[in-house]
Amino acid sequence: MQRIRLRYTKRGRLRFTSHRDFQRAFERALRRSAVPMAYSAGFTPHPKVSYANAAPTGTASEAEYLEIGLAATRDPEALRRQLDESLPPGLDITDAVEVRTSNFVERLEASEWLLRLAGVEPEQAAKAAATFLAAESVEVQRMTKNGLRTFDARAAVAALELLPDGAPQVGIGDDTLTDGADDVRTGAPCAILRLVVRHATPAVRPDDVLSGLRSTADLAPPVPAEVTRLAQGPLDEQTGTVTDPLALDRAAAEVGR
Amino acid sequence: MTVESVFPRLEALLPHVQKPIQYVGGELNSTVKDWDACDVRWALMYPDAYEVGLPNQGTMILYEVLNEREGVLAERSYSVWPDLEALMREHGVPQFTVDAHRPIKAFDVFGLSFSTELGYTNMLTALDLAGIPLNAADRTMDDPVVLAGGHAAFNPEPIADFIDAAVIGDGEQAVLDITDIVRAWKAEGRPGGRDELLLRLAKTGGVYIPRFYDVEYLPDGRIGRVVPNRPGVPWRVSKHTVMDLDEWPYPKQPLVPLAETVHERMSVEIFRGCTRGCRFCQAGMITRPVRERSITGIGEMVEKGLKATGFEEVGLLSLSSADHSEIADITKGLADRYAEDKVGLSLPSTRVDAFNIDLANELSRNGRRSGLTFAPEGGSERIRKVINKMVSEEDLINTVATAYGNGWRQVKLYFMCGLPTETDDDVLQIGTMAKNVIAKGREVTGTNDIRCTVSIGGFVPKPHTPFQWAPQLSAEATDERLTKLRDSIRGDRKFGKNIGFRYHDGKPGIVEGLLSRGDRRIGAVIRAVYEDGGRFDGWREHFSYDRWMASAEKGLAGTGVDVDWYTTRERTYEEVLPWDHLDSGLDKDWLWEDWQDALEEVEVEDCRWTPCFDCGVCPQMDTHIQVGPTGKKLLPLTVVNN
Repeated sequence: MQRIRLRYTKRGRLRFTSHRDFQRAFERALRRSAVPMAYSAGFTPHPKVSYANAAPTGTASEAEYLEIGLAATRDPEALRRQLDESLPPGLDITDAVEVRTSNFVERLEASEWLLRLAGVEPEQAAKAAATFLAAESVEVQRMTKNGLRTFDARAAVAALELLPDGAPQVGIGDDTLTDGADDVRTGAPCAILRLVVRHATPAVRPDDVLSGLRSTADLAPPVPAEVTRLAQGPLDEQTGTVTDPLALDRAAAEVGR
Repeated sequence: MTVESVFPRLEALLPHVQKPIQYVGGELNSTVKDWDACDVRWALMYPDAYEVGLPNQGTMILYEVLNEREGVLAERSYSVWPDLEALMREHGVPQFTVDAHRPIKAFDVFGLSFSTELGYTNMLTALDLAGIPLNAADRTMDDPVVLAGGHAAFNPEPIADFIDAAVIGDGEQAVLDITDIVRAWKAEGRPGGRDELLLRLAKTGGVYIPRFYDVEYLPDGRIGRVVPNRPGVPWRVSKHTVMDLDEWPYPKQPLVPLAETVHERMSVEIFRGCTRGCRFCQAGMITRPVRERSITGIGEMVEKGLKATGFEEVGLLSLSSADHSEIADITKGLADRYAEDKVGLSLPSTRVDAFNIDLANELSRNGRRSGLTFAPEGGSERIRKVINKMVSEEDLINTVATAYGNGWRQVKLYFMCGLPTETDDDVLQIGTMAKNVIAKGREVTGTNDIRCTVSIGGFVPKPHTPFQWAPQLSAEATDERLTKLRDSIRGDRKFGKNIGFRYHDGKPGIVEGLLSRGDRRIGAVIRAVYEDGGRFDGWREHFSYDRWMASAEKGLAGTGVDVDWYTTRERTYEEVLPWDHLDSGLDKDWLWEDWQDALEEVEVEDCRWTPCFDCGVCPQMDTHIQVGPTGKKLLPLTVVNN
């Protein structure tokens, strides 16, 4: 069985897609484009697809990952194009490599996020980020399935900084349908924060960091923050950057060629 | 006029609501056309939640039929949940379409499809959110024509105040005819305003315009007569019938949503209409005659639809799917074709006979074998004669024996409670039937582990059926009868544990009954419910019986009639019924005779297999029965992939 790892996005208005919604859409796309899927054995066979670490509903993402098992061998790039065409714009397949290594999920050590805070002055956001980073720990609360949980949002944060004006804006408004969100919203101030969070238990989400910014530095954006995951993968602790989790597979594939 | 998308404003609200994906559109196979390149624009609404409305076949068909036309545009809208409604009101965001998020008010026609009367309050919510006056009389040239369709539109009188027009019957050709009239009127510079447009529609004889009819009441509250108040407006409005289904292979490109919906499958309508003649069944009465889609037409729709959607299951839709003249060849042919692709097939409505077990075996060949569902509808032989559901207990037991013999372990049986002439004994026999089913199952399989689920719905008399004159059973009496049945089942030591019992209390049925057989005076009740916050009446958690009753008291004050008058009262032959001027093709005298036959427990055959029994539809509507067999078979498809 050939296995292929795919990177996909949730852009623009389709950031409101829940993970379950995406799963259904993806499995239908597989059927429409007649991908030779491997099926699980048993009473109700399911196509072999495994998903890693999905972004929450409402947050955009440039870096979601999944893995599929095929019953017949396919060229990864051709498969990527075929699937991408079959999915609606916004749910885009942006990378495909043949699986050559194990422990993929363990390699997803951290995520890099962009937090777009409309109506917030950049200096105010920068100051709040500094206050947050200076704190030893930042207690936040979140409603979970098991009730209200209190946990530290500080320790997991590897980087939090204001991006300068004119920073690339990805995710929101990019590659959406005709009347999707306007990206260029003139007039009001806007701060963009770059955030790197280690994947830990309990998981610290961008929302939790936002509540931490509110509690430690009184940062209260007037409209909901637009959040985009830019990357997830191994964390370079030195530079505070997140690297490509598919790099090992790609390298192995090159060698094998 | 430039029409802007409301999406940027809506988007800011979406992080705060449940399941935001249902409001963003972008479904596979949806269509966004250039507004300015079209001169007739339809907003089509299914007035329930997206998860229920999106899979609705009627809306999907009309959406595609209209969008295929050049210069015509159709977009869809669904009811927003109360969380978004509150935010939309707070931020001034109007009711929108999910396709291009255009405001409903900007369209020429606002068409609503009512499968059930319980969507009426949702229509008022949508109109109000859209900024369209609730009363049709208050609308101006800036407002769309509000048009009702769907089965409930066969008695549109309860919503006569709120709609401008109603169409009864098949919509495919009707929406195109209406489009032509709207287009001509607009091209001429809208002469005579709204009134003239509605008059042109009325003169076709196929569009009902409530305002062009006056209803006169007798001193006792009954209707005296319904009269056109304009020259040129016909006394009766006819239903529409599409004759050759193969000419209308819609939906060709079924919509595939991102959000989860109630039907995660593709549907192909294999025939329309039903002449079994079940007397309680409004759908069977108003969709006559039977018109089959050919086996090859079905095969083509399944093939194209699967390619366009990627669904894993195909529902072969109709009112009684096993009755298609070539159903065995259809199911076998499809099961053969898709054996490798793991595509499941289902027949949503089937009758009780052994033949259906063969079908069920065929259908489950590619998938799992879970449970079988049958609808004897009535517990006793006597009551089944009353409702003309020609199934004997022996038939049922034999069918069930075959099913268990073929490896099925669970049988579900559907019944109704509150049927005309029904006694406690008729209902108690439901329990007896369930016990006999289990006993037979145990005998055939040699195991005690056999389940039978009994599911019971309250009977609501509907317009254009032989039971339109019948008294509805009160909510209290329904509950009492069902309690007796429950106790007798639970108390049975030998079988009680193996019988599942599902039923609804009688209250929602009374509201449905009030709306089904209501007249124009019910409009005030619907409005009062809406103003008191009534929404989503088809949803148990939103429905409030007390609110409906309080609103009925308020809305009907001074009329001399009340909820009982509309529901539990038996009508006489002479009474003018609120829907008499809407012509379903059924001869009222035939319906009355069938009602008398029901009371005398006389059954009527199906006209597909016996001579015509003069229900009136074919001569009145100039239609005829269209059934096979064509003798054709579904050949294996050429293997394109792999």
